[in-house]
Amino acid sequence: MPQVKILEEVCKGCGLCCDEVCPANILILSPDRINPSGYHPAEVTDNSKCIGCGYCFKICPEPAIEIYK
Amino acid sequence: MKQLFGRPAGLTDILQRYCPGCGHGVVHRIIGELLVKLNIRERTIGIAPVGCSVFADEYFNCDMIQPPHGRGPAVSTGIKRSRPDCIVFSYQGDGDLAAIGTAEVVHAAARNENITIIFINNAIFGMTGGQLAPTTLPGMKSTTSVQGRDIKKQGYPIKVCELLSGLDGPYYLARTAVNAPKNIINTEKALKTAFTYQIEEKGFSMVEILSMCPTNWGMTPVQSKKWIENTMVKYYPLGEYRNRAKEEK
Repeated sequence: MPQVKILEEVCKGCGLCCDEVCPANILILSPDRINPSGYHPAEVTDNSKCIGCGYCFKICPEPAIEIYK
Repeated sequence: MKQLFGRPAGLTDILQRYCPGCGHGVVHRIIGELLVKLNIRERTIGIAPVGCSVFADEYFNCDMIQPPHGRGPAVSTGIKRSRPDCIVFSYQGDGDLAAIGTAEVVHAAARNENITIIFINNAIFGMTGGQLAPTTLPGMKSTTSVQGRDIKKQGYPIKVCELLSGLDGPYYLARTAVNAPKNIINTEKALKTAFTYQIEEKGFSMVEILSMCPTNWGMTPVQSKKWIENTMVKYYPLGEYRNRAKEEK
């Protein structure tokens, strides 16, 4: 099964990966976590639904997303 | 666990100092991947522009030069002619390429120099604080056109791909965007084609990439990616403007 890993310290919380990009709709901006740069990083709600398409990685400007299988 | 997607070896580990949602990072990642995929990282020399991406020399894991404002195509020409074995790419923004460096890019294209230009078009001057750029859309607000660009006073925007496609010289011209996964995949293809033509010594290739600038557009990153799709693409149509490999067939 593919697994998404968010590098929380690299994420700038822009939210590009969270809006209509993920086909499984499992990415949100964390409502409570804050990283050392002061941003709310992206968060995976249910890793078991990931299909490993890589769209979130492709649109991430940092890139702060890694996908493993 | 095998890594399917991750930071490419063509980029250094330094954190990029761009604003959240900036399109530069996406293009950096694509170039970083191509340097490894095409096995050209060891013999590539990149040209960093003046603008937000002036620190690109810290981010790309290849040799880089930072020339004066707008002179990327001229410096690329010098490098390529003295070291023809090297792969040379010039990374430029719209203030760099379409304003102060217009003469350099037009003449490099007319001479069909064997170089690759990567042109980031965000329709505004990013680093200096959101002033009107030659690519600003009619009616678009900037800090020096607070009522919106008035075509009677400030004229019409420059469409660089259309401008250069009027010349006989260029080998490959394309316009893409980085606002959605589908457009990003097309950008990957266009940049790969551009670098491949340089490796095959075909000649001048330029890829214009429509990119987000949420800070200076006064939008959120999500609004700005929708603005590219709904407004910017209508004025700057995407697609291939010149591909002499296809025309010669």
